[in-house]
Amino acid sequence: MRILRAATITATVTALAAVASGCGGGTSPGGGSDDAPGTLTYWASNQGPNVEADKKILGPELKKFERRTGIKVRLEVVPWPELLNRILTATTSGQGPDVLNIGNTWSASLQATGALLPWDKKNFDAIGGRGRFLAPALDATGAAGKDPAAVPLYSLAYALYYNKQMFKDAGISEPPATWDELVADGKRIAKGGKWGLGAEGGQLTNNIHQAFVLGKQHGADFFDGSGKPAFTSDGAVAAVKQYIDFMAKDKIIAPGNAEYGQNQSLRDFATGRTAMVLWQAAATTFAADGMKPDEWGVAPVPVPSGTPGTGRQTNSMLAGINIAVFKNTHNLHGAREFVKFMTSDAEQRLLNKTYGSIPPVTAAQRDPAFDRQDTRVLRDTLTRSATPLPQVAEESQFETSVGTAIKDLFADAAAGHPVTTASVTARLAKAEQQMAQ
Amino acid sequence: MTSATARTAGRRRSPTAPPRSFRWARRIFLTALTGFVLLPVYVMLSSSLKPLEDVSGSFHWLPGTLTIRPYLDIWHTVPLARYFGNSLIVAGSATVCSVVIAVFAAYAVSRYRFRGKRVFTVTVLSTQMFPGILFLLPLFLIYVNIGNSTGVALYGSRGGLVLTYLTFSLPFSIWMLTGYFASVPRELDEAAYVDGCGALGALLRVVVPAALPGIVAVAVYAFMTAWGEVLFASVMTNDTTRTLSVGLQGYATQNDVYWNQVMAASLVVSVPVVAGFLLLQRYLVAGLTTGAVK
Amino acid sequence: MRIPAGLRRAGLPYLLLLPALALELLVHLVPMVIGIVMSFKDLTRLHIGDWGTAPWEGLGNYRVTVDFDAPVGATLLHSFLVTCAFSVLSVGLCWLLGTAAALFLQEDFRGRGLLRAVFLTPYALPVYAAVITWAFMFQRDNGLVNHVLHDQLHLTDGRPFWLLGDHSFAALLVVCVWKTWPFAFLVVMAGLQSIPKELYEAAALDGAGMLRQIRRITLPSLRPLNQVLVLVLFLWSFNEFNTPYVLFGKAAPEAADLLSIHIYQSSFVTWNFGTGSAMSVLLLLFLLVVTAGYLLATSRGRKHADD
Repeated sequence: MRILRAATITATVTALAAVASGCGGGTSPGGGSDDAPGTLTYWASNQGPNVEADKKILGPELKKFERRTGIKVRLEVVPWPELLNRILTATTSGQGPDVLNIGNTWSASLQATGALLPWDKKNFDAIGGRGRFLAPALDATGAAGKDPAAVPLYSLAYALYYNKQMFKDAGISEPPATWDELVADGKRIAKGGKWGLGAEGGQLTNNIHQAFVLGKQHGADFFDGSGKPAFTSDGAVAAVKQYIDFMAKDKIIAPGNAEYGQNQSLRDFATGRTAMVLWQAAATTFAADGMKPDEWGVAPVPVPSGTPGTGRQTNSMLAGINIAVFKNTHNLHGAREFVKFMTSDAEQRLLNKTYGSIPPVTAAQRDPAFDRQDTRVLRDTLTRSATPLPQVAEESQFETSVGTAIKDLFADAAAGHPVTTASVTARLAKAEQQMAQ
Repeated sequence: MTSATARTAGRRRSPTAPPRSFRWARRIFLTALTGFVLLPVYVMLSSSLKPLEDVSGSFHWLPGTLTIRPYLDIWHTVPLARYFGNSLIVAGSATVCSVVIAVFAAYAVSRYRFRGKRVFTVTVLSTQMFPGILFLLPLFLIYVNIGNSTGVALYGSRGGLVLTYLTFSLPFSIWMLTGYFASVPRELDEAAYVDGCGALGALLRVVVPAALPGIVAVAVYAFMTAWGEVLFASVMTNDTTRTLSVGLQGYATQNDVYWNQVMAASLVVSVPVVAGFLLLQRYLVAGLTTGAVK
Repeated sequence: MRIPAGLRRAGLPYLLLLPALALELLVHLVPMVIGIVMSFKDLTRLHIGDWGTAPWEGLGNYRVTVDFDAPVGATLLHSFLVTCAFSVLSVGLCWLLGTAAALFLQEDFRGRGLLRAVFLTPYALPVYAAVITWAFMFQRDNGLVNHVLHDQLHLTDGRPFWLLGDHSFAALLVVCVWKTWPFAFLVVMAGLQSIPKELYEAAALDGAGMLRQIRRITLPSLRPLNQVLVLVLFLWSFNEFNTPYVLFGKAAPEAADLLSIHIYQSSFVTWNFGTGSAMSVLLLLFLLVVTAGYLLATSRGRKHADD
């Protein structure tokens, strides 16, 4: 009797489950439609100081778009902690926005789900053609060899920020241009409670960004030609070891940095505890922490030797936000119009100026706002020496596994354990094996 | 209520009064526990009164500069009042519904023997063994399907969230209430039957008042479960329906986190909750059954 | 037509249960079944848009999870052991603190009501802010904990790390106990109210001291309540996700690597819901076995106590 009852209950529940999940949901195989031409739903990421500020910034621009095209845009500014999860539920259920912002490192993984509209020649022509965009920024829009899954919207790169007073006190006249110079400068400054360089050792994405660039400089790519992980190549190991050695061997990074995960390194810089920090756009943070703009200087991120460029002279990963369209949108024409609007020269100038980023649209870069002490360096790095992170579908897994390996190595260094090529290789090997899942 | 001071005033102590050693142990234990509980609250309070650059700086027991600005800014940085209202509506509705449904279910389980009782209780308990995060996608899919087929939008609405939270707190509520109800003697039920009440009458007139402390405890649990849940709220709400627990993360941006505002907002929204506790704690010890049967 | 009283009375429990059952089915049980079905499919980001097309993997996801020689399986095993240790300690401490506080607050004294509200404060504070505050307190260079231990009390040599390395287990335990013990306090306090005062008075007249009364009257009366409370606390702490996530971020140090973070990483970070679901099903099976054993052991004990 009891078994029969249990079986009946299981059958009922399973049937309900099948019905519930089976009907509908998910991405339709077609390529969007124009059922609802009058409205658009747009999920913007949080680029400004807070969500309300973003709404105030974007609101007038959306009204401008409505006046021009008659399409009403329903804006929702989604905070970063939620954005990826909401994209996940939207992809799974088919209930989502028409247009959305995505981090450019997510492009390849979202492309693999098949939920995003591919930007083939026809779609690109509708917004003015591929040639308008910066070539490196276009590389960060999806896997190589496939049509981009998104269009670059805002771009950023890394720069080296240095404390002018601390440099002057240590008798250093110019910011370092090579890693050796950086270590030497750091050693001169690192005494009496002051440190040379700051690092967010507990922040996985930051670790990846630094390791990737160093890897490129050592000629290693972390992924081989066929997209398989190659974390234990000589170059990759040397790159990671070089970064950890700033704390372990050269002692220019304070041990406490190993646990930093909430941008404490920026605070250390603003309060004069560290003399240098590698970051994207940090000007507003420094100001909020009480540092005046003339107290800090900006320089390109160092290279092994020579000047920044492409290939082994890369000195920054290409950061940024892309704008993408969901394939099952009900207003395909409107979505394309909106992307065209957001990537138009005028909007690019305005929005990037407000957000402190650099326009990936080359024509819009010619504006005095992008020629200030920090934005000039960022713009030049972007155009000349920035490379996107590997455009593989497992990008977030890469960030987690290698980022954690670096965090653990920093923890070792901070605790005083020796960091050798063997120990680095061991941790990276473990990270590589975790990628197989 | 005899006050403790009267008892220690050298009079003859009643046999049930606690001994000296017990009172000292109590004093020490409660003081230490209060310190442990309130230490982070103090840190939150002092952080909320500092300018941003001091917050994650070197720790001092007394903050150097004091400023009340964070308490003013929190309402503008994020629509805190709206989030607070949403949380109140969602958590309040979920609590009321959850308690009512759980009371009925627990009455059935504790007072009746019926076929399927064991299956029901075990199944309900097993829902607590599955990681909560994995309910998200299937539940979202179900809501979307319901929305597509019936037009009742459960995602992005407060109703869907209320439904979710009220069910989340059901298993534990039913289990605990069954236990609390079981400790209410059957004689009380029978006395009510003799007086002419039906089963529901006995429930409402006798069992519920006798088990009031348990019901209040379960209500507090249901409310706090709904109040503090983050993951489901983050994907099932949009800007107008967002609740507090998710909204508090809005004080963080890509580069900056306004720690002092996060702390200030958290304290501000917790004050009504703790005030509620203060009002309710008297019901946690109310209504005993002793004497009722006589 | 009047429903005969006999049928009405027989149908009453089912009617009372109906709303609870309907909601549980919709929100808990059907999603769980879907989750179990997901574990048999190769549900990665390639197929997340349309689950129907995801290929059936059979036991493939499970094989990966329990292969303890591979790094994934080995890490999972280590994480499982850490979670077991953590849960046992957390439940024990929460129960002890909660019961002790509830017992101490039984007798009336000035300020008792206020203390009750104060003790529920960790339960009232938003998780995110409270755990971040603890993260600040545990900071190596600027935190309160090291300031007190090292600078003021001189109990340690250097400044230890609390959010990295071996001490992270202790840090996680402290934060979780701080957050959860008020719940045990709440439940036990409500349960204490149903013990008739006459029992205590009779025992006191017989000459029993405080501790004796607790052992002979309070704890046995609370037994059914404690049985459920301890079990539920154990299940919840095994699945605890929010606290370690806010405290450590996506990558917890090895000493404090809880299972829930692994499941989160397998599902939400890599969008590989097949593997994540398989881990959850294994966790479910393990907890079912533990629960069954626990209920058997405690019920048998209860039968003995009744003799």
